[in-house]
Amino acid sequence: MKNQNIKNELKELEEVVIRFVGDSGDGMQLTGSQFSDTSAMIGNDIATFPNYPAEIRAPQGSLYGVSGFQVHIGSIEVSNPGERLDLLVAMNPAGLKTNLDALKPGHALIVDTDAFTKKNLEKARYEKNPLEDGSLDNYRVIKVTMSSLTKEALKEIKGLDNKSIARCKNMFALGMVYWMYSRTTKHTIEFLESKFKNKPEILEANIKILKTGYNYANTLELIPTSYKILPAKMKPGTYRMLMGNTATAWGFLAASEKSGLGLFLGSYPITPASDILHELVKHDQFGVTSFQAEDEIASITAAIGAAFAGKLAITTTSGPGMALKAEALGLAMIIELPLVVVNVQRGGPSTGLPTKTEQSDLLQAMYGRSGESPLIVIAASTPSNSFYYAYMACKLTLEFMTPVILLSDGYIANGSAPWKIKTVDDLPEIKNHLIKEKNDQWHAYQRDEQTLARTWAIPGTPGLEHRVGGLEKDSKSGNVSYNPQNHEFMTKLRAEKINRVQQVIPKLETEFSESGDLLVVGWGGTYGVLQAAVKEMKEVIGCDQIGFVHFNYINPLPINTEEIFKNFKKVIVCELNSGQMVKILKSNFNQIEFLQYNKIQGLPFAKSELVQEFKRILEK
Amino acid sequence: MKPITPQKKYTNKDFTSNQEVRWCPGCEDYVILSAMQKALPEIGVNKEDIVFVSGIGCSSRFPYYMDTYGVHSIHGRAPGIATGIKLSNPDLSVWITTGDGDAMSIGGNHFIHTLRRNPDLNILLFNNEIYGLTKGQFSPTSKLGLKTKSSPFGNIQDSLSPGELALGAQARFFARVAGNSPKEMMRLFIEAHQFKGTSLIEILQNCVIFNDGCFDHITNRSVKQDRQIYLEHGKPMIFGKERDKGLILKGLKLEVVEIGENGCKEEDLLVHDAKEKDPTLHQMLVRLQNPLATGIIRSVEDETFEDRVTEISRQQRERSKFKNTSDLFYAGETYEVS
Repeated sequence: MKNQNIKNELKELEEVVIRFVGDSGDGMQLTGSQFSDTSAMIGNDIATFPNYPAEIRAPQGSLYGVSGFQVHIGSIEVSNPGERLDLLVAMNPAGLKTNLDALKPGHALIVDTDAFTKKNLEKARYEKNPLEDGSLDNYRVIKVTMSSLTKEALKEIKGLDNKSIARCKNMFALGMVYWMYSRTTKHTIEFLESKFKNKPEILEANIKILKTGYNYANTLELIPTSYKILPAKMKPGTYRMLMGNTATAWGFLAASEKSGLGLFLGSYPITPASDILHELVKHDQFGVTSFQAEDEIASITAAIGAAFAGKLAITTTSGPGMALKAEALGLAMIIELPLVVVNVQRGGPSTGLPTKTEQSDLLQAMYGRSGESPLIVIAASTPSNSFYYAYMACKLTLEFMTPVILLSDGYIANGSAPWKIKTVDDLPEIKNHLIKEKNDQWHAYQRDEQTLARTWAIPGTPGLEHRVGGLEKDSKSGNVSYNPQNHEFMTKLRAEKINRVQQVIPKLETEFSESGDLLVVGWGGTYGVLQAAVKEMKEVIGCDQIGFVHFNYINPLPINTEEIFKNFKKVIVCELNSGQMVKILKSNFNQIEFLQYNKIQGLPFAKSELVQEFKRILEK
Repeated sequence: MKPITPQKKYTNKDFTSNQEVRWCPGCEDYVILSAMQKALPEIGVNKEDIVFVSGIGCSSRFPYYMDTYGVHSIHGRAPGIATGIKLSNPDLSVWITTGDGDAMSIGGNHFIHTLRRNPDLNILLFNNEIYGLTKGQFSPTSKLGLKTKSSPFGNIQDSLSPGELALGAQARFFARVAGNSPKEMMRLFIEAHQFKGTSLIEILQNCVIFNDGCFDHITNRSVKQDRQIYLEHGKPMIFGKERDKGLILKGLKLEVVEIGENGCKEEDLLVHDAKEKDPTLHQMLVRLQNPLATGIIRSVEDETFEDRVTEISRQQRERSKFKNTSDLFYAGETYEVS
C-alpha cells in the first residue's frame, strides 16, 4: 500500500456501489438496509438490491448459502443498484469467492480474517488461502480480525452467549463502512434502540460493536481515505425509504381510502410476494381484512367473494401461484367483478428460482386463462412507483369492472429507494359502479356507455337480487345463455372493455430523444438500469441518436405506441425473458422490425452489457 | 353498519327465480329446492341479505333457481367465495350448495379448512355418490365395486365418508338427512341457519339417471324407520317402525338392542347429546351403517371466524396511532429535501 502514510484523506465522490456479503445468518440484509437508510437520511439518492438464497439458514460457510445486499448511493440520480463495486465487505471465504468478480480492480475489500479458517476455505472450495496467496494483489485488502475483536470488546457485557456475540460482528463491519463514507452511527443506534427495546444486553452489545467498528476504521492505518457523497438534487419534499413490496401494499391502502371501499386481501404465502401480506395484516385500522387462505385458489376465490360483496379486493402471489389462480381469474373476468391480482415475478418455470428476478410471466398474464379472457395488465417499474401502479390498478379495476393484473418482480419488490411521500389528496379520483336502487329495466349486466362497466349491485341491497356465474350470460338480461350470437357478442364486448382503457391511460413518453437511430424499449422492473444505460450512451459516449421508452401499461398498450416506434430506424426490446413483450409488440405492429436483447439468469441487467449491445447495434 | 330494514313477510314464491329449472325429472334436487324455498320464509332474514354460492355440478345450479343473491362459481371453490362474502359482510346469511364431487374431491381442501375456521356458513352437501353432470363417473363417495362409465370393472377406490371427514376437520355442526324427507330437511335448514358457525348437512340425494336407488336400502318408505335413526338432542336413541329398538354403548362400540329383550329398558338407551364437545360418540354415530344416523348428529357452539376477524380489527383500531394513510406514510423515518 503506497498511500499508507497519508492518513484520513477525505475525497468527494458522486456515487458509490457497496456490497455486503456473508452467510445467510450473518445479518447482511440488515447491515445493507441500515447503510442505505442512513444514507437516505443524509439526502443521497439510493437504489438497493438484496440477493439471498432460497434456504433460510443454508449450511454455514457454503457457497450457495451466501447472502448479499448491494447498495448504490449518489449525489447524482441513482436509478439502479449499480454493477461494479467500489467496496466489497466479505464476512467469509464463500462470500469472497462468489462476489469478488464484481469488485473494481484497485478498490477496497474488507474481510473478516477470522472466518478464513481451514474448514471455511474448504467449504468455499479454496485450495489456498486467498488472503495469503497473492490472488488479491489487485485489490486494496483491508484485513480485520473482526470476530475476535468483537469477542474481545464484549467480554465485559454479562449475559451474552457465544451465539449472540458472534451475531454482533455485522455491526463491526457496518461501523467501519460508516466511517469510510462519512456517515454517523446515529440512525442505526436509534434503530437498535427500538429493535432491542426489551433485550438490554443485546442492545448494549450491538451499539458497542457498531462504535468499535467505527473507531477501529478511524484509527486504522490501512484505511487511508474516507469519502463523502453529497446530498442528491431531488425534487423538494418529504421523503422516506420504501421497499417495493411495501410501496405496493401502501398503494392499495391509499386506493381503499380514496375510493371509500374496505380493502380485502386474500393471499397465500409465496416468495417474493409475501411481504405485501405481511404489511397489509398490520393495517386493520384502515378497514383492511386480510385472509391467509389454505391455498392460492382459496385466496383468489375469497377475494372474488369479497368483490361480490362490495369490497376493493386484491390477491397477491408469484408465478406458480398465478398458474393456480388462473381458473378463478377467468371467473372474475366473465362475472365482471373488480379484482387486482399482483404477480411479483420470480425465475420460472415451476419452482424455478424463487428468490431471483425475472420477467417471464408476461405472456401468462396476457393469455394464461381458458377461453378468450383479456384483462388489464400493468407493471410497476421501480420500488417507489409500485405505490402508484398499485393505486392505478385499483382505480382501473373499479372503473372498468374487470380484473387487473399488476406485475412486479423480485428485484423491485425487495429493492428500496427514496419515495417522495404522497397522500390521497395528491392522487386521482376513483369512481365505482355501485348501484343502490333499482330502475325499471335494471339487470346486473347493464353497462356504463363509456367504459362498458356493468353495474355493481351488492348483497344487502333490496330489490337487486341477482345471480352471477361462470356460465355465459345474456347481454340483455344477465341470465344464463347458450345462444351462439350472444356468446360472440359478449366475447367481443369483454375485449372491447379492455380496449376502452386505452382512452384513460397516459400516452407513452420517450426519454432522451424523440427520434433517431435506436429506440431502447423496456417494461416493468428494468426501468432503472435501462435508463442508466441509455443515459451513458448519450452523456458519456456522446450518442445523440438514441431514445428510450418504457411501458407500465401493457394491456392495452398506450395509444401512441406505434407513432413512437416509427420515429426510430431501429427498435430494440430488452427483457429478462426470451422475448415476451417483443411478441406482443410484433403481433400489434407488424410494420415495425424489432430487435431484442434478453437475459434469463435470474439476475437484473448490468448497465455495461446493455451499453455494449447498443453500441454494437449502432455501429452496424 | 347497514341500516335496519323492516323484516319482510315471504312465501316460498318469493324465493323462486324466473329461471326454468333444468334438473332431470324425478331428481331429488327438486325436493331440496322446494324445502329451501319453504324454509327461508321461516328464518326471518330479508331476501336481499341471503346469498347462495355454489361450485360446479348438478347441485351447483341451485343458486340460479333461488331469487336471492347468488354466485355460481368454479369446481370445488364455493367455500372460498362464501368465506370472502361472509368476512366482507357478516350480516349476510350465506349458503353453499355442493355435491360429493365438488366438495369431497376437487374442493376437498377448501372443505376441511372452512370447517376448521368455522365461519357462519351453511353447507348443503348433495351426496348422490356419483358424478352426474359429467354423465356418470364414480365419485369419492361411490361404493367400492360400483360399475360406472369410468369404472367399467367396478370402482377400486375406497369411499370417503363426508361426516367422518368433517368431524376430523373440527366441524361444529353436522346433520344428515335423506333426500326423500322434505319435512326433516326443512327443519334442518332452519336449524343450520340458526346455528352460529359452519353447519354441514349431508343430503342423501338419489340420482335417477346414473346411480338410481343407491340409497333405497336406507331411504325407501318400507325400510326407512328400521334403517334410519333420527337423532334429536336430549332424546333417547330410539328407532324402528314399532319404536322398539335403540342404541347402547358396549365397550367401544354402539350396539343395537331391542327394548324388552334381555331385560333392556328404554332408560338403558343412550341419550343423544349433540352439544357434547368431545366428538368421539358423534364419530361413532356418523360411522354407524345400520341404522344410519340422521338428524343433527353434532351441534357445538363455538366462536366464529368472522367474530375473531372482527375482534382483531377492533383491537387494532383501538391500538393504532394511525387515523388515515397519511399518518402512516409520514410516520417513522422521513427526511426533507429542500
